Amino acid sequence: MGQIEWAMWANEQALASGLILLIGGVVGVAGQFRDWEFAAYGVAAGVFVILLEYPRGKRRKGTTMERPGQWLLAAVVKLFGPLTRNYYVRAILHACLAVPGGFILPTVLGTVNLGIASLIYLLAAFRKEEWRPIQAVQTQKGHVGKSIHQPPTNPPPRPPAEHRRKQMDDGRTGAIEVTATP
Amino acid sequence: MGNWLVNEGVSIFVILVWLGINAFLFVNYFNVYEAGNKFYYTRELLGSALAWARAPAACLNFNCMLILLPVCRNLLSFLRGSCGCCRRQLDRNISFHKLVAYMIALHTAIHIIAHLFNFERFMTSQGYENGTLNNVLSKLGNDESYLNPIRDPNTNPTKVAFTTLAGLSGIAITLALILMITTSTEIIRRSYFEVFWYTHHLFVIFFVGLVIHGVGRIVRGQTEGSLHNHNATFCKDKYVEWGSIKQCPVPVFSGNPPMTWKWVVGPMFLYVCERLVRFCRSHQKVVITKVVTHPSKVLELQMKKRGFKMEVGQYVFVQCSKISRLEWHPFTLTSSPEEDHFSIHVRIVGDWTDSLFKVCGGDQKEFREAWKLPSITVDGPFGTASEDVFLYETAVLVGAGIGVTPFASILKSVWYKYTHSDPNLKLKKIYFYWLCRETSAFEWFADLLQSLESQMLERGNANFLSYNIYLTGWDENQATHFAMHHEAQTDVITGLKQKTLYGRPNWENEFKNIATNHPSTNVGVFLCGPQALAKTLNKMSIAHSSADPRGVHFIFNKENF
Repeated sequence: MGQIEWAMWANEQALASGLILLIGGVVGVAGQFRDWEFAAYGVAAGVFVILLEYPRGKRRKGTTMERPGQWLLAAVVKLFGPLTRNYYVRAILHACLAVPGGFILPTVLGTVNLGIASLIYLLAAFRKEEWRPIQAVQTQKGHVGKSIHQPPTNPPPRPPAEHRRKQMDDGRTGAIEVTATP
Repeated sequence: MGNWLVNEGVSIFVILVWLGINAFLFVNYFNVYEAGNKFYYTRELLGSALAWARAPAACLNFNCMLILLPVCRNLLSFLRGSCGCCRRQLDRNISFHKLVAYMIALHTAIHIIAHLFNFERFMTSQGYENGTLNNVLSKLGNDESYLNPIRDPNTNPTKVAFTTLAGLSGIAITLALILMITTSTEIIRRSYFEVFWYTHHLFVIFFVGLVIHGVGRIVRGQTEGSLHNHNATFCKDKYVEWGSIKQCPVPVFSGNPPMTWKWVVGPMFLYVCERLVRFCRSHQKVVITKVVTHPSKVLELQMKKRGFKMEVGQYVFVQCSKISRLEWHPFTLTSSPEEDHFSIHVRIVGDWTDSLFKVCGGDQKEFREAWKLPSITVDGPFGTASEDVFLYETAVLVGAGIGVTPFASILKSVWYKYTHSDPNLKLKKIYFYWLCRETSAFEWFADLLQSLESQMLERGNANFLSYNIYLTGWDENQATHFAMHHEAQTDVITGLKQKTLYGRPNWENEFKNIATNHPSTNVGVFLCGPQALAKTLNKMSIAHSSADPRGVHFIFNKENF
């Protein structure tokens, strides 16, 4: 399991926990349970965790799939620099956020899951992983010539298949026209 | 033009039946608890939340029964072989497994939310002032005949959840479920397979917890006897006099017996058999007869196992105890059934494959003695859609990237059958499309095509197999190179007579041409590749199939791992 980036799993787990905490909080508030203030906290904490965890960090190896629409939140998360980059901070943050949820039943599940996410982040931090934003994909401008903006559907050097077949039928008379590209 | 039903009909039917059963169970049990007399007093304490908790519970029973069945791959393989019908449905087993899992997640959420309300309401009922109906009901029965499972007004729901069997098991199995779900996401499954594989074994905890979840019998309803002599509609307002007037003796309650085990015991037994079969198979001796290192970090293992019978395009799970006793990894078989051994081509992409490479001596140049090779165990082979290739007169085979591997087996087998004039071979024409960014890592496949090409030329039937190789990752340097060698007889990259094409195929044109060339046949379209391509080909197959039953029909089959 040497190549696993634990942060990827921690991120999924934390995102799920945020959602569970949020739902539990909503139930507690809507049902006006006893000590519903803790549920209100659950709503706030759940939303915060979701916003923090939604932008996926860049993997060390391979390409990382962004979550849809994460660029905005990623920009915000990036602003906090080491606070969001360092996974020790996240582990402690999630552990602290989880605690108040343990006081009433609706948010207990969120608490336990956030606690687990915190532990996985601790493991990730221990392995020196960091959160890095996914840069926008650089188009391969170096390879294609400056005048080509879109790769052609029938790429050079050969003429289209129909053309080629016709020329083959004609019996390969003379040189075949090759249009060179800049 | 389109014959969507040919491709999707049976799947849609299965899903509709499954949804229908879910809906029926939900509505039925909702009514039992919302309108039944047995739970009249329970509803006094809990309101509708009771029914909202019990209805998804019934659906959960049903879905937890179903979830184990699609992953009994040996059983499915057996069904596939012996019945022959519904083979394409059985190939979509993992998709069904995922669907059922989503449904379980949904019903779990509804169930938990409803029970949160139930716990809270039980709690508040216990705390009501003396003399209200709820209070009287809650105080009833300090032996086994109670209604309210929360007995102590000074506790809180969290404590109760953690001290009752139902609460504790519920929390444990929900945790197991959530961990299984977060590790089953695409990114974890595809990149860190081991994490997914190991965490998914939490299903054992899930099922154990599920079975004991109802043992505490905390869903209480009036007993038969009590219903007989205590009419709730008449007595509900006379709760002060319960026990002292003749028509209203004190009501007696009992809990529902646990039902879940009845639903899941069958599939659990089948799954245990499945694991036993895998275990027995894994102890059958496998001998590595040859190890070949191909360029671009590809390892070919040729093996023999007594009684091993395969069909084209099947896959096996391979385990090597020297590397890891618990990990089984799937690989497509690249040999054809007619050969005397079976082989897999392994690309070195991760920890396990890297270890396999080293352990088989791939990094050493000198000859290795047979006894130095590691012991390998193989489970399988398991069926895929490729077995159906021979049933069609015309076949379109599309392999993208590493998805070209099953076609090695298919092409070899087809060629063998063709050269030996096998009467079972209905195939008369194959259109083969190989899409890859670059041919490195698949030089071995190019070699295979080269040998087929020369053999076909010898027999004078160059038209049997028409293949098109598309390099989707060309760049300007390569383009210049191709331009220089345009006139060469053989292709500069693959060495084949058939020239390589660049970019992506124009599927519209391809399908149109094939449809024109084969006007009244069923054309099998087989793909092993990415989801996006599957969508495209599926669309094309549906769009180019004629509505006329005698016309051309494209039937799309996708392999997935």
